[in-house]
Amino acid sequence: MVDPASPAIEVEDLQYAWPGKPVLLRINQFRVARGERVFLRGPSGSGKSTLLGLIGGVLTAQRGHVRLLGTDLAVLGAGARDRFRGDHLGFIFQMFNLLPYLDVLDNVALPTRFSRARRERIEGGDPRAEGRRLLSALGLADPALLASPVNELSIGQQQRVAAARALLGSPEILIADEPTSALDHDSREDFLKLVMAECAERGTTLLFVSHDTSLGGLFDRVVSLDELQRSPAEAA
Amino acid sequence: MLALRSLRNRRTTALLTLSAIAISVALLLGVQKMRTAARDGFANTVSGVDLIVGARSGQLNLLLYSVFRVGDATANVSWSSYQKIANHPDVAWTIPISLGDSHRGFRVMGTNNDYFEHYRFAGDRSIRFTSGQRFADLYDAVIGADVARQLGYKLGDKVVISHGLGNVSFAHHDDKPFRIAGILERTGTPVDRTVHVSLEAITAIHLDWGGGMQAQGDARISAEQARAQNLTPESITAFMVGMRMKVMTFTMQRAINEYRLEPLLAIIPGVALTQLWNLVGIADTALMIVAAFVVLAGLLGMLTAILTSLNERRREMAILRSVGAQPRHVFTMLIAEAGLLATAGVLAGVALCYGLLYAAKPLLESRFGIFLDPGGLTGYDVGLLASIVFAALLMGAVPAWRAYRNTLSDGLTIRV
Ligand SMILES: Nc1ncnc2c1ncn2[C@@H]1O[C@H](COP(=O)(O)OP(=O)(O)O)[C@@H](O)[C@H]1O
Ligand SMILES: [Mg+2]
Repeated sequence: MVDPASPAIEVEDLQYAWPGKPVLLRINQFRVARGERVFLRGPSGSGKSTLLGLIGGVLTAQRGHVRLLGTDLAVLGAGARDRFRGDHLGFIFQMFNLLPYLDVLDNVALPTRFSRARRERIEGGDPRAEGRRLLSALGLADPALLASPVNELSIGQQQRVAAARALLGSPEILIADEPTSALDHDSREDFLKLVMAECAERGTTLLFVSHDTSLGGLFDRVVSLDELQRSPAEAA
Repeated sequence: MLALRSLRNRRTTALLTLSAIAISVALLLGVQKMRTAARDGFANTVSGVDLIVGARSGQLNLLLYSVFRVGDATANVSWSSYQKIANHPDVAWTIPISLGDSHRGFRVMGTNNDYFEHYRFAGDRSIRFTSGQRFADLYDAVIGADVARQLGYKLGDKVVISHGLGNVSFAHHDDKPFRIAGILERTGTPVDRTVHVSLEAITAIHLDWGGGMQAQGDARISAEQARAQNLTPESITAFMVGMRMKVMTFTMQRAINEYRLEPLLAIIPGVALTQLWNLVGIADTALMIVAAFVVLAGLLGMLTAILTSLNERRREMAILRSVGAQPRHVFTMLIAEAGLLATAGVLAGVALCYGLLYAAKPLLESRFGIFLDPGGLTGYDVGLLASIVFAALLMGAVPAWRAYRNTLSDGLTIRV
């Protein structure tokens, strides 16, 4: 199902409108190579999150194709699409990433409840141990912190927990939807560098979305959603 | 288990919902237990009696006045007919019953000492005395537990019997007072509300009565004079029969019903009791229906609680979706939530019900004569409780479906 030669993300001839609304997205072509780190920018309300929903297979386009790792999401059934997402994609959102009723390590281990592939990719097979390792790599080593309820963590700490969760079990693609927008400027860069280091180590493809272009310099490539929408044939 | 952790996170609402279900289940189960107790108590009013014989009227009427002291006999049974049947070789014993007088709202029953010997209730329990003894003197009375408690009587007290059954009777047999010779243990049956005297005493107090009035002047017969008279009654109201061999009961019943000299009716108490219960049982079915509606209200409360939680939990669902949860996981999680709440509610309700029943047991027995044995859960009870959980699961499908729809239309980004 996963073709090693194909790009990580390939969007083609895509068109999407929310029910009852005018067409929001019309994208001819958008590609992200494996291991590539891409910054997608666009103003608020331009449809960035919607595009991520389409790439994540949570939304279905009215027209066109989304291929991840060579698999066309449209040919998968709804259940298979969810499983595919669980197996191959990690998500970080702007805020409220964590389930308040799980402790930090259970939050990090959450994907292994739904994806056997990610469980199996963990060395040693212990999600909590791997979670602890990831958290400390992301600068959260304090055991007292791990024991505290997640809503007592600062936003910056919460985002690191979310990143650890998205990376657990090494999914091929990491999708970050404005994960730094709630952070102050200095911690933004720290956070991003740590996440990128982890991605580099595993060869994870990173698609990072933000309306704030100040971090663009850290990426392999910066793409504007406006340009994607306008240009009839953007070359990857 | 995620559903459980999620519920714990909302424990205030969850506990309230659970309590509502628990209370309603306790009520339902309580009604069910009381209903069984009432039915058993009903069936236990009289036992060991094979036939009840009275003048020909309705089966229920005879049962009501002879056993429950409710209503009146329309006619009597002649003493000779009674003797004839009592002396029949298949008959082991009889208990004569003579009704018609009262004492301060309690019925007076004329009988003989065979009553204390042979009457049984609640399976094989016989009548026992708290104090005193059976009839020894003509003017001895033996009173039931309720009579003693409500009127504050003790052994040796003098009581006067009133003519007729009205609560406020104006004609009193005050020239022939009775002495309380015995007080009975509580039975939980109409025996508790009965004043027992001997058949001869009933005859004695009516010697100088005719047409509902006492004779005047010299025609009066004093209490002492009465002792010298022939006190064999001319008739009695009804009598109970114990057979030597149970198999002869039906033969005897038929023989009595076809008796030529006098129109008589013989009934089998168990059959008549069942018939009566079917009539009375309607009321307690109604009670059961009310309790069922209370349970429904409890479940609707749960449905409301889960539905209102859905909006604040869209974020939770989106997170689950992002890590690969399928809509069916979300669906199952919400169904499981309803199931958990209902199961915990039912268990708590059962505990609550048993706790209350055991706490109330002594009071019910001593004050109301209701012998309530909470017992275990019967198959019927378990079925009832299981169907509550099942109903909750069905109801859980409503929020589950809503959440399912939400997860499909929300995508991954919920604007908060
Ligand atoms: N769940 C939804 N249902 C309907 N319309 C939506 C939904 N989510 C987003 N939209 C609409 O899509 C447009 C783009 O939103 P979004 O993709 O969140 O933009 P961005 O992430 O770039 O800020 C907005 O106009 C918004 O109203
Ligand atoms: Mg957005």
